[in-house]
Amino acid sequence: MTLPTTIRRVLPQLVALFVILALNTAIAPGFLDIAFANGRFYGSLIDILNRGAPVALLAVGMTLVIATKGIDLSVGAVMAIAGAVAAALITSDHSLAATILATLGVGIVCGLWNGALVAFLGIQPIIATLILMVAGRGIAQLITEGVILTFNDPGLVFVGTGAVFGIPFPVILWVAIGIAASVLFRTTALGLLVEAIGINRRASSLAGIGTSALLLAVYAASGLCAAVAGIVAAGDIRGADANNAGLWLELDAILAVVVGGNSLMGGRFSIAGSLIGAMIIQSVNTGILLAGFPPEFNLVIKAAIIVVILVVQSPASQTLFAFMKSRPRSEEDAAAPVREPEKEAAR
Amino acid sequence: MIGSRLFPLATTFVIFILAYALCYAQFPNMLSTRVIGNLLTDNAFLGIAAVGMTFVILSGGIDLSIGSVIAFTGVFLAVTMGEGGVPPLFAILLVLAITTAFGALMGAMIHYLAMPPFIVTLAGMFFARGMAFLISTDSVPIRVELYDTLQDLYFRMPGGGRLSFVGMAMLAVVVAGIVIAHFTSFGRNVYAIGGNRQSAELMGVPIARTTILIYALSSFLAGLAGIAFSLYTSAGYSLAAVGVELDAIAAVVIGGTLLTGGSGYVAGTLLGILIMGLIQTYIVFDGTLSSWWTKIVIGLLLFSFIALQRGLVWLSARRRGAAAIPA
Repeated sequence: MTLPTTIRRVLPQLVALFVILALNTAIAPGFLDIAFANGRFYGSLIDILNRGAPVALLAVGMTLVIATKGIDLSVGAVMAIAGAVAAALITSDHSLAATILATLGVGIVCGLWNGALVAFLGIQPIIATLILMVAGRGIAQLITEGVILTFNDPGLVFVGTGAVFGIPFPVILWVAIGIAASVLFRTTALGLLVEAIGINRRASSLAGIGTSALLLAVYAASGLCAAVAGIVAAGDIRGADANNAGLWLELDAILAVVVGGNSLMGGRFSIAGSLIGAMIIQSVNTGILLAGFPPEFNLVIKAAIIVVILVVQSPASQTLFAFMKSRPRSEEDAAAPVREPEKEAAR
Repeated sequence: MIGSRLFPLATTFVIFILAYALCYAQFPNMLSTRVIGNLLTDNAFLGIAAVGMTFVILSGGIDLSIGSVIAFTGVFLAVTMGEGGVPPLFAILLVLAITTAFGALMGAMIHYLAMPPFIVTLAGMFFARGMAFLISTDSVPIRVELYDTLQDLYFRMPGGGRLSFVGMAMLAVVVAGIVIAHFTSFGRNVYAIGGNRQSAELMGVPIARTTILIYALSSFLAGLAGIAFSLYTSAGYSLAAVGVELDAIAAVVIGGTLLTGGSGYVAGTLLGILIMGLIQTYIVFDGTLSSWWTKIVIGLLLFSFIALQRGLVWLSARRRGAAAIPA
């Protein structure tokens, strides 16, 4: 096969996505229809792209964090904080630019806090980010003073519900941020350095990689993505709901990253894979609704997906796969012992 | 001089006494047996679940599924005893068997698939919550005689406070947890795995059996917590107890258990629960503070305890390093 490595890497995810979309089409015949009305596209496919935006945005940052063998549980709470900050600033008559910049800044600060706990205090990422996950919603409620802050600013509403050339703005946002992150990390050495930290942080540090600075940057990037997702979620409902904004989305984001073929053990990552993972999750959600199942099935199916991925990814089945793959080759080797040096070279 | 092993527990104890003294100075009524009785009753289900979480964290793992298991237990009991007409005692035994088997399955997956407990129990969390939804999405009231009897069962303390049945159940679970952790070979195995899994394996600790038992115990106690919760609310609701796993983890950490595993006490978890309950009670007494301050204060406490633990680990590593140089 002569497929480029980037495509070959996400091939299983693409196949899975197409299978789910085909199933959805079989269930609901009008699934693939896309209509153009009121200056924007409508249809189930567009809806999947649009509804999956917050998880896709979170998944970009989460991919980088997981690549360093970390995890960021606080992204849902950071979304709530970002939504609250944006709503509070815009309702107290700040300009749109100032509001968005300040909100993104708050997201970065939240990320830096997590990063500092991981990089400087050496706390396990799951625990370090748990602190902000617990306290974050309290902070968000402190900002909104316990009410759902509503706003009508057309600019902020546009981020959540607007459309450019008929394509919903949240979709453009996650595609653009996904491409920007891929370019930044894959055309430079940054991606390699992040993977090195995930494989062995101490060794990377000894090899001269600025692990602390990189960890800070990666968690800050996750905070920034969460802030963008927070603005999208707030703009979508024209208000900041400190209790429910981004609730349990951290788990969906982690699931998207894992479905995208990234190992939770870190050391390698594919942002494209995670984005496709986010779309797979959203397609399953939509498919369940289209099939007329109660939405309650969602959780059971998500659990089933995780179990399947776990079984496939587990070291035990990896050994089994390797064993089944190596068997025909070893027979070949037995038939033609001349090829021994070649095998040696392959090692 | 207190050993570094006991130091986090001692800190928790001092913080609890200081916090209670501060509350008492402001509201003298805080020391009444009524408040203490309510403190135990209100946090009973969380305390029972947190004892299970203590074992999981002592072994170096984590269990995210307990909130969902509590909700599943409540809904299962409400529906089987109500519509199903199953005798209450049988329903309770059945649900405990189901949750224990569920935990054992998660433990088996963690061990045999060699996957992080975090992601396995995340799947468990989705699954248990989904199953609860599938049974019923409504809040189902529980009206059986057994529940009325148990709810009316309490021990009157001097001063008019009531030690309710669920409060007593929590204390009993804590005592049982202490006995299991410190006086059985299972308890020693849990500490050994949490301290160093590889060494434990080389020493002949049955890793597979212990891992499965740890998660079975955690889910069993989550089931028990679900029963306590349904006694407390007289209903089963599939959206109940969302995020309880985080409260339980917070209580365990505030109780001085090391998150990397291998060091900590079940008694500390009880103190952690009581500190969290105390914060809530203070906010109720004060009346002007909003409930979200609970989350912020718990977050701050979590941070200080984790920082304290890191400091202790750093200090002991330095001491060991200093001792190693002259040798």
